[in-house]
Amino acid sequence: MSDVHALSGAYAIDALDELERARFEQHLAECGTCRTEVDSLREAGALLAELEPLTPPAGLRDRVLAEAATVRPLPPVERPADAGMPVGPGSASPVEQDAVLPTPLHGRTARTRSGRRWPTFVAAAAAVAVLGALGGVAVTQPWSQDSTTVTAGESRVAAVLGADDAETYTQQLDGGASVSVVRSVALGEAVVVTQGMPAAPDGSVYELWLNQDSGMVAAGFMPDGSDNEVLLSGDAATASGVGISVEPQGGSPEPTLDGAVVIPFEAA
Amino acid sequence: MRLVSDTMPGETGAPPGAGDPVGSDAGAVDAGARLAACLRSCARGDSDSFAALYDACSARAYGLAVRVVRDRAQAEEVTQEAFLEVWRTAARFDPERGSALSWVMTIVHRKAVDRVRSAEAASRRDVTYHQRNQQVEHDTTAEAAHASLEAHRVRGALEALTPVQRQAVELAYLGGYTHTEVAGLLDLPLGTAKTRIRDGLIRLRDALGVTR
Repeated sequence: MSDVHALSGAYAIDALDELERARFEQHLAECGTCRTEVDSLREAGALLAELEPLTPPAGLRDRVLAEAATVRPLPPVERPADAGMPVGPGSASPVEQDAVLPTPLHGRTARTRSGRRWPTFVAAAAAVAVLGALGGVAVTQPWSQDSTTVTAGESRVAAVLGADDAETYTQQLDGGASVSVVRSVALGEAVVVTQGMPAAPDGSVYELWLNQDSGMVAAGFMPDGSDNEVLLSGDAATASGVGISVEPQGGSPEPTLDGAVVIPFEAA
Repeated sequence: MRLVSDTMPGETGAPPGAGDPVGSDAGAVDAGARLAACLRSCARGDSDSFAALYDACSARAYGLAVRVVRDRAQAEEVTQEAFLEVWRTAARFDPERGSALSWVMTIVHRKAVDRVRSAEAASRRDVTYHQRNQQVEHDTTAEAAHASLEAHRVRGALEALTPVQRQAVELAYLGGYTHTEVAGLLDLPLGTAKTRIRDGLIRLRDALGVTR
């Protein structure tokens, strides 16, 4: 705990849990010594893959090549274009107006759903996304501080993750993703940390919400990519939870019921 | 004369020179450069280079995936996902920061680890370390027949670690456990496993002459 540098080895070979990982990446952004060390230890770790090579089943090659033929390689940008800060709360095209929610997203239902389970639809949607998009779903960038959003928001993300009063709420998604919300009441801010998040279905985005007394208030979008840290806009201190919903590109004025999930802050 | 283990292509048993853009007597360094060139071509959408990359790395990738996730069907999915991501993100490979092979293996490893952690729960975690450890040794023995020279070298370097360092590195990398879980499995005081892992990797790095 005292020496964050000591985590370099565990980080290099994926032996940190998601929160430690997020925190260490914050550190990496500022510590050239650790970056160099991580690179070299990754190199060493990868040599362990020499130990037990195994010829994959014959059909795999054809499947991989066929699938690649349908996927466009990303361009070489300084920073991954898909890892920017989320834009502001949804403003564009109000859609699905008829999907007025009876409220699984707020109040009672959300509270009673504190049982750590994603509503089935999100799981189903995620599964569809995984099946549909196959390898296209997740971007793991070993050598970029990928998921760490390098913008003005970054130090605020770090501040929340490292806050003395940081509280963490985690939910597992059936498809294997996990979503954590880290909130600092003192700072009035919250960060959503995702790991292994499947891509939102084509043409849609994950929109983030803060559950306030007035209802669900838009708090930003999840960037593309499986692993992200997103600072929510809005006052997290007064919120009773965070919502994540699948919305058409551009977002919606209100969360769409189907596929929504709530991570309540379990205030004592 | 080249040693298959010293060059990237050839794992799949392709005849020397087949699809080999550089030449059959290229050494490990050239093989690394060749892989890096493949990645650059992949970024431009060159499917032949991607096929060459697959042929060069797939046995390591699949072997690693099987080692971490155990289930072969899932390992196959992990391998497929990883290669697709390699294809998609090839432009982000930065040769200044490491070799092409380790870049690819890092993606494979991360995918495999994500898979086991998400599926975490019951079955896999219920197995005691003792049982797992026997399993590990059994696997190692079974695969030893295939050991390439490089594997030999790596194994030798592993054996030079202290037993705790070696176990910690193996459980973390090949087992896909977090350092906290490793501490539990090895009865280490909380917080010391990460140090063992780091120390072990540093020793491996130095023993194997990793220059970066």
